[in-house]
Amino acid sequence: MTLRDVAELLKAEVIFGKQHLDEEFELAGASDLMSDVLALSRPGILLLTGLANTQSVRTAEIVEAKAIVYVRGRRPSQEGLELAEKNKMPILSTKFLMYKACGLLYGRGVRGMGDR
Amino acid sequence: MVSRHNLSHAFEIKGGDFGKAGCVSLEIKEILRDLGIDPAIVRRAAIAAYEAEMNVVMYAESGKVVLRLNPKVIRITLEDQGPGIHDIEMAMQEGYTTATDQMREMGFGAGMGLPNIKKNADRFELKSKVGKGTSYNIIIHLNPEGGT
Ligand SMILES: Nc1ncnc2c1ncn2[C@@H]1O[C@H](COP(=O)(O)OP(=O)(O)O)[C@@H](O)[C@H]1O
Ligand SMILES: [Mg+2]
Repeated sequence: MTLRDVAELLKAEVIFGKQHLDEEFELAGASDLMSDVLALSRPGILLLTGLANTQSVRTAEIVEAKAIVYVRGRRPSQEGLELAEKNKMPILSTKFLMYKACGLLYGRGVRGMGDR
Repeated sequence: MVSRHNLSHAFEIKGGDFGKAGCVSLEIKEILRDLGIDPAIVRRAAIAAYEAEMNVVMYAESGKVVLRLNPKVIRITLEDQGPGIHDIEMAMQEGYTTATDQMREMGFGAGMGLPNIKKNADRFELKSKVGKGTSYNIIIHLNPEGGT
């Protein structure tokens, strides 16, 4: 699936990374706990989170996420946005809550970072 | 080529500076990546460094990080001035944490950091003196076969 598909499916606003929308990913992970993301994620995942602080962008960068999707309409802090731009980390924001955002993606065949 | 590199970089960490937390690890990651080191190894080093850096920011007053590289290993050492850890064995257990609500709101404090450093490092030594500080020694082999 491409990031463009994600933006469409989740009716998400592309806050940063319009030039990266054709990039693909296979796995996704969802958590507000950066500790879990650091312990469990795999390179190239789509990271869904409700935690829109700078730390979420730093964590995504450390684990090499493909992009971040903020749920529940959350938006990055100014500092987070600057970091995302510097590191070319696309950021999307969907109005959907975590459950629905994950369910829609799962329904389209995107498997979790914990699945084989 | 990586094997020609013997380098050493030092960084400072300020305790309680949540705004900057993680910057040193991102810098370390960039340095290692620019050297052309295997991305999987760079990622492990970055995760271990980040967990350690977060701990210094969360629990200590100040810290010093040194990244050293020789043809065989990446060595990341962190030494902090802080409260220290009175029971290291307990601290190493998954789920053990003394994090505050503020730290949890930032997405940290699940008690998974030290176990995660151990998982990502080939060798991890943690030493501490209560009331003085804590030192982390993280070693990652550049060649999968190992050999320190
Ligand atoms: N540098 C440090 N100085 C003092 N205490 C520390 C330090 N690093 C870790 N600790 C202690 O070890 C515990 C476990 O650390 P960790 O596994 O990273 O989990 P967490 O950071 O989520 O609490 C911490 O809650 C803290 O009590
Ligand atoms: Mg920790």
